[in-house]
Amino acid sequence: MISLYYPATSPVHKLAAGIKVLLLLILGTVLFQVEQIEILVGVAVLVVSLYGVAKIPFKLAFGQLRPALYLLAIVFIAQIFISDLETAIFVVLRFAILILAASLVTLTTMMSDMIAALEKGLSLFQRWIPVAKVSLALSLTIRFIPVIGVITQEVREAQRVRGMERNLFAIFMPTIIRTLKMGTEIAEALDARSFDAEDEISTGKSKK
Amino acid sequence: MITLQSVNVGFNGRPVLEDVSLQLQEQRVGVIGLNGSGKSTFARLLNGLQLPDAGAVSVDGFDSRKDGRKVRRRVGFVFQNPDNQIVYPTVREDMSFGLKNLKYPKQDIEQRIEKALSLYGIDHLADRLTHQLSGGEKQLVALVGVLIMQPEYIVLDEPTTLLDLRNKRRLMSIVRELGQRIIMITHDLDLLSEFDRVLCFHDGKLLADGTPEIVIEKYLNTCDK
Amino acid sequence: MMNTKDIVYIALFAALMAGLGFVPAITIPSIGVPVTAQSLGIMLAGGILGAKRGALSIVLFLVLVAVGLPLLAGGRGGLGVFSGASGGFLLGWIAAAYAVGYIVEKYWNKLNIISAAGACILGGVVLLYAIGIPWVTVAASIPFMKALMGSLAFIPGDLIKAVFASAVIVAVKNQYPLISK
Repeated sequence: MISLYYPATSPVHKLAAGIKVLLLLILGTVLFQVEQIEILVGVAVLVVSLYGVAKIPFKLAFGQLRPALYLLAIVFIAQIFISDLETAIFVVLRFAILILAASLVTLTTMMSDMIAALEKGLSLFQRWIPVAKVSLALSLTIRFIPVIGVITQEVREAQRVRGMERNLFAIFMPTIIRTLKMGTEIAEALDARSFDAEDEISTGKSKK
Repeated sequence: MITLQSVNVGFNGRPVLEDVSLQLQEQRVGVIGLNGSGKSTFARLLNGLQLPDAGAVSVDGFDSRKDGRKVRRRVGFVFQNPDNQIVYPTVREDMSFGLKNLKYPKQDIEQRIEKALSLYGIDHLADRLTHQLSGGEKQLVALVGVLIMQPEYIVLDEPTTLLDLRNKRRLMSIVRELGQRIIMITHDLDLLSEFDRVLCFHDGKLLADGTPEIVIEKYLNTCDK
Repeated sequence: MMNTKDIVYIALFAALMAGLGFVPAITIPSIGVPVTAQSLGIMLAGGILGAKRGALSIVLFLVLVAVGLPLLAGGRGGLGVFSGASGGFLLGWIAAAYAVGYIVEKYWNKLNIISAAGACILGGVVLLYAIGIPWVTVAASIPFMKALMGSLAFIPGDLIKAVFASAVIVAVKNQYPLISK
């Protein structure tokens, strides 16, 4: 599975995943309280320089903004008409900072570390959240994304032979049915290897 | 010892297995039969994936209905399609799945994985993505993922069907060396020549039970017409 | 209670959502708005798995997007996509899948293409926009009416998707029903 992670050694990479996400949440909350554009510009400079610290090439950094550019442009133009140029810059800058900061966390954290941090965070709530099940579900999804890709490909080829490759219904239905049937077998295989979904809940209760 | 006592299983009102009673204690037991003969259901009865509608299945004295978990702990199961049985993105993680379920301590898990990987000659696959393995490698990983849990019995449900000749030989050479008792469902009659006992199912009933030569002959005479 | 099968279905549907992200967006010629297959997946998740499992599969999918997998249509992913102006729509997906599933469960025994389409439109279009548009309004400081007008262009495509999704939901119900009522 290709992740968005950009490998490098830097203090930003080294910082624990959980702390990075926490800092991001704080930044997101604080940014919406800020009203002076000077502070925003300061934060923007800080975030961009962190990209430098993390040794992320400029092209890749800009690439994080590109998918949002279209929407940001609309917001910018709309703001000019609704209020004024300064507000337009302010709003768009705020978005750009948030997107860049969030992308920085993603680019500098390995997916497995992110998932480990997530599981650690969830385990604080283990009385309400079945952590082992959540972590199994995450792994299963990552495991079966390529498998479903293969199934879709096979279905498409089969329908092409019948001249139905443009018929979306003829591609969706077999893909979904095959996926669901596969699910029955996977569940059997999990149980055969002593994964007892019900048990976790009962032991969880007895811990109280 | 695995014991079936007048076991009946139905599906949608149709009988799938009718009145099967037997005891399994041989080292290697083969199971043959046409598609839909009930042999897959029979396999699933042995480790409690399928519970009998009537009658009882017990493994070393544990009833599959009452002590399902103990039965599953004793009887490992290898499926036909390894793709649906490997549940983690990397080989190492998949190995740890069963051990985690058995609540082994973390360090113990790592040691057991290293040991098992080198014992079965797949250490080089440890950090590979399971999706990128070949069909033969996948079946090996699936088998080791079960062996690592150290079951007393291993049920293999048509494990060679999706394999080419070379991988089939490789898998069988590992199966032959196993200390565990084996129950193997298969369409490959030539794999069974060295087995201690062969069962043949036909239309949900036990058609024949005995040495490979006798049972296979009866199977060919009854079903290959 | 969630059993092993439920967990597997939730995970597989999240994987299916990811698969839909690789389906190229189809542009409907008359209106010129790209339609992605993923928003179709939202309706299918609720309509095939039901409210709870459907919503959880979307949560799982979004978690994987958040931790850095580029699974959204166009190869987008990471935490950045949630902090943009359209983040509300992504979070709205969860509620939308739940709502579609809830309505489909209510009408399960007499489910037909009309009631299924109704569920998809109410949950997958009306509710989704009811969450997404106020988010844009607040996050981008744009008046509600302007944001609403800007979203109208997507409505025809969404309606086509709702009808298609309902046909799939009814067909899956007939072949491999997973909701028991």
